[in-house]
Amino acid sequence: MTARRLDSTSEQSSAESLSFTFDGRTLKGRAGDTVASALLANGVRILGRSFKYHRPRGLWGAGAEEPNAIVDITYAGQRTPNSRATAIALQDGMEVRSVNTSPDAEKDRYGLLDRFSQFLPAGFYYKTFLWPDWHLFEPRIRAMAGLGHLDPATQPEADCPQRSAHCDLLVIGAGPAGLAAARAAAQEGRDVLLADEQDQPGGSLLHRGGVIEGQPAGQWISESLELLDGHGATRLASTTAYGIYDHNLVCLWERRRGQPDRLWRVRPQQIVIATGAIERPLVFNNNDRPGVMSADSALLYLRRHDILVGQKIVIATNNDTAYPVASALAEAGAEVVLADLRPEAQAALPDNVEVRMETSVQAVEGKASVEGVLLNGQRHEADCLLVAGGFTPSVHLHCQAKGRLHYREDILAFVPDEPVAGTSVTGAANGAFDLASVLEQGHAVGSTKGNAPQASECLSSYGIQPAWPNPKAQGRQWIDFQNDVTVKDVALAARENYRSVEHLKRYTTLGMATDQGKTSNMNGLAAMAAISGRTIPEVGTTTYRPPYVPVPLPVIAGRRRGELFSPMRRLVLENEHRAADAAFREYGPWLRPAFYGKGKPEDEIQREARQARQTVGLFDGSPLGKVEVMGPDAAALMDFNSYNTLSTLKPGRVRYGFMLNEDGVVYDDGVVLRLAEDHFIVSCSSGHVPGVVMRLEEWRQDRFDPARVVIHNSTPQWATLTTTGPRARDLIAALGLDLDLSDEARPHMSFANARYQGTPIRVARVSFTGDRSYEISIPASRAKELWAHMRKEGDKLEATLLGTEGLMILRAEKGFIVAGKDTDGYTLPMDLGMSGPRKKRTGEYVGKRSLFTEEAERSDRPALVGLTVDDDTPLATGAHAVEDGPKGLRSLGFVTSSYWSPTLERPIALALVDSGRQRIGETIEIYHLGTRQRAKVTSPCAFDPEGERLYA
Amino acid sequence: MQRFSCPFCGPRDETEFFYGGEAGNERPEPAENISPVRWAQYLHMEKNEKGRAREIWVHLTCGEFFVMERDTVTHEIFKTEAFHGERT
Ligand SMILES: [Zn+2]
Repeated sequence: MTARRLDSTSEQSSAESLSFTFDGRTLKGRAGDTVASALLANGVRILGRSFKYHRPRGLWGAGAEEPNAIVDITYAGQRTPNSRATAIALQDGMEVRSVNTSPDAEKDRYGLLDRFSQFLPAGFYYKTFLWPDWHLFEPRIRAMAGLGHLDPATQPEADCPQRSAHCDLLVIGAGPAGLAAARAAAQEGRDVLLADEQDQPGGSLLHRGGVIEGQPAGQWISESLELLDGHGATRLASTTAYGIYDHNLVCLWERRRGQPDRLWRVRPQQIVIATGAIERPLVFNNNDRPGVMSADSALLYLRRHDILVGQKIVIATNNDTAYPVASALAEAGAEVVLADLRPEAQAALPDNVEVRMETSVQAVEGKASVEGVLLNGQRHEADCLLVAGGFTPSVHLHCQAKGRLHYREDILAFVPDEPVAGTSVTGAANGAFDLASVLEQGHAVGSTKGNAPQASECLSSYGIQPAWPNPKAQGRQWIDFQNDVTVKDVALAARENYRSVEHLKRYTTLGMATDQGKTSNMNGLAAMAAISGRTIPEVGTTTYRPPYVPVPLPVIAGRRRGELFSPMRRLVLENEHRAADAAFREYGPWLRPAFYGKGKPEDEIQREARQARQTVGLFDGSPLGKVEVMGPDAAALMDFNSYNTLSTLKPGRVRYGFMLNEDGVVYDDGVVLRLAEDHFIVSCSSGHVPGVVMRLEEWRQDRFDPARVVIHNSTPQWATLTTTGPRARDLIAALGLDLDLSDEARPHMSFANARYQGTPIRVARVSFTGDRSYEISIPASRAKELWAHMRKEGDKLEATLLGTEGLMILRAEKGFIVAGKDTDGYTLPMDLGMSGPRKKRTGEYVGKRSLFTEEAERSDRPALVGLTVDDDTPLATGAHAVEDGPKGLRSLGFVTSSYWSPTLERPIALALVDSGRQRIGETIEIYHLGTRQRAKVTSPCAFDPEGERLYA
Repeated sequence: MQRFSCPFCGPRDETEFFYGGEAGNERPEPAENISPVRWAQYLHMEKNEKGRAREIWVHLTCGEFFVMERDTVTHEIFKTEAFHGERT
């Protein structure tokens, strides 16, 4: 193929102003070029290597269907892998790299793979590398197989904006059908959004031409755009509608120059699918050679880019659309032979073209380029072979919207059945291939009024005759260029009974990969039909799924990444903690101090836990749940929602308990404060706040009179600052609150409202450490002053700041659980030693029935226990308690929490162990990563079992 | 993306909603009188209707639970309605 730019006079060559590289070679292109047209104009033949056999491949098409010209593009410091060269507008300074080639497309060292092709049939990898284990081979095979490469250094900044839009009519495709539809609708005053994937609107009119309403096509396009702009329509160029999703949401990918790509989510009243049709190849020996191209695309390159694809051109066709192509190429100076397999054509015979009827191609000669073509068995010298195998309507979006297809024998194509509600398919996508009917159809879906634009001087015949793959023909006949699937592979699939079209696809990979078989599917299923003795409609098509073309992930992700995807919840005192050298970690959605200080984390955590037991620890517990339940029916809802009775709780007092799921499993634990007869606060775990609010709401609305009880989540409005340790009371006393802190007035599990410098606060005496503790809840806006005051008074008492990790040690010493850590999806309240409510409660509550099942009453249920070890090696969290059984090791449960206790100066652990309570005093084995350790089963509480420290 | 109509807020994207189970799955009570089989039905045996189904959904942004009738195959929405004191 000796493709060249036609108008390369000295004046015109200055138009070649854009400089780019391909596999390191510097080349020139011009504004308006795609990467593909620029490479073509430079005479570059081999654009890549095929996926499996590394065969040289050249340009096939000019649009989204391109199976061969897949390239990695690096531009402005960002690399986009696996781009179709036909869809990328050339930019100055672009670096273009072929994919699946090493070192480059021209000289590829894996090209020899092709010589072994008879050993690599469809299913080869599945069959061959099954033994002993596919995973042994997978990395090498994948490294050899993949297409483009990602490079972390050039990954795009993920800042693609996303827009939501509404319109009366979304027209997809600005070819003749789409323009006619958009015009008609806009003139009726409808709000139109017109999207087209090309950089300029017009579609096939731009190269097929024609006369519309007495004007040349180009003029009619301009006039149409002016009309649309005048009616306020929105027009998007370089914008691909890649998916229709539920309830007719359409996603558009807009490629912009000099700005990040943009995603549109459009909710139209009506969708017009005017996506055109794609030319398919003819199938013969070596039909994949560089220089074999789509005839329609050759015309496009000529008309839109002034590129003549070859000098000695053979055009092979089974329909009339090749005739104008032949004519145009001959006029541009090429020597053209038109090989038509039909006995006669309806199209006008072109001048200066040798037309041979009843002539077909059997083979292509040449390796890296076309050198000759075998026509009816006779060699004909050529440098380019164009094929016109007929057009396949682009019905993808119709099918994504769950539309059905039927097969039309007269045009040898699947076309849409009844349109899906809210959509219409028009023009070539609907099987209309002549301009007059295209315009008529387009107009009709846009408006019921007025007349369709009239076409003249254009091809009006099609006359296609079947030219499907011949399973008996000799040589290697390629169906899927991108995935290297031949007619023989389809035959093999049929022989091995992969005859369903979906099985054919998975077994041979026909129609997979980045092009999803846009050029190959029809030939593939026609081959299967011929081989399996069925008709094409009996074989049917595979399922069409979004996206229509590969869409870069940054476009889909948009700005929803990092904290914009999952916002971090931050403490109101974050700055204060930072100033105190806090090391932050994520706990669920919350960013919290894990520990304070710059030493080794283990040391700081141990220091904090030790000192909090000796003097007093200050802990920011603000994320702790504060869910208010209010109203005359509040107590009844609280009783129903909780495992423990709460209606008997006195105002001013606090009760610890569980919330269960309906299956009886412990969902959360925590304390409940009763502020008044009709007012409770649920202090659930930080991570369970949204879930607790939701379940309270669900029961409130489903079971109670919603007018008599309301739920309010006030968690973020309050900061909760905690003091714990022997000197906790001294610290609170030093704050100057007007509050009696004596044990008589303020016993454990009580609370009081008070004021801190005029601000209302709530002081609750509850303990998650086993030591005397006070939690002060204060409106978040006043937390800073109180925290500073507590820190100042704390310094006088040798207080320590206590991070979450230190607190975890203190609670584990006491055997206090963290729901979801020390419980799993089977844990019932009795397993945690809380059986009272189950025995005593008479009313209904969530999960009650599940506590009386056979399973719940098993005597060997797991129980929460403590574990001690003889040596100083803490057990691994997650390690299994095991016993030897007849079938080898059997798990008895697992370690849920494990720490070194600085106060006890030994490891401590909690575990869920089968028949755990009966085992207290026994020694069991703990298994972890091949090693065994012995541990003694104890009660969960390892520290101060009498609870004396609560009043110390 | 589907669009549901909250009876209180109007049409919104499906990401704002959460499924709350099949409507009409009445909670069997009192626990003392309920057979294990009946309780298991309540807990686990969803009808999993193909086609028209009556379901409970919650609009997360306003917090209201409501009943939605929809086709589980075509995803067509027939209607959404607020709880009217009925225990569904
Ligand atoms: Zn709502």
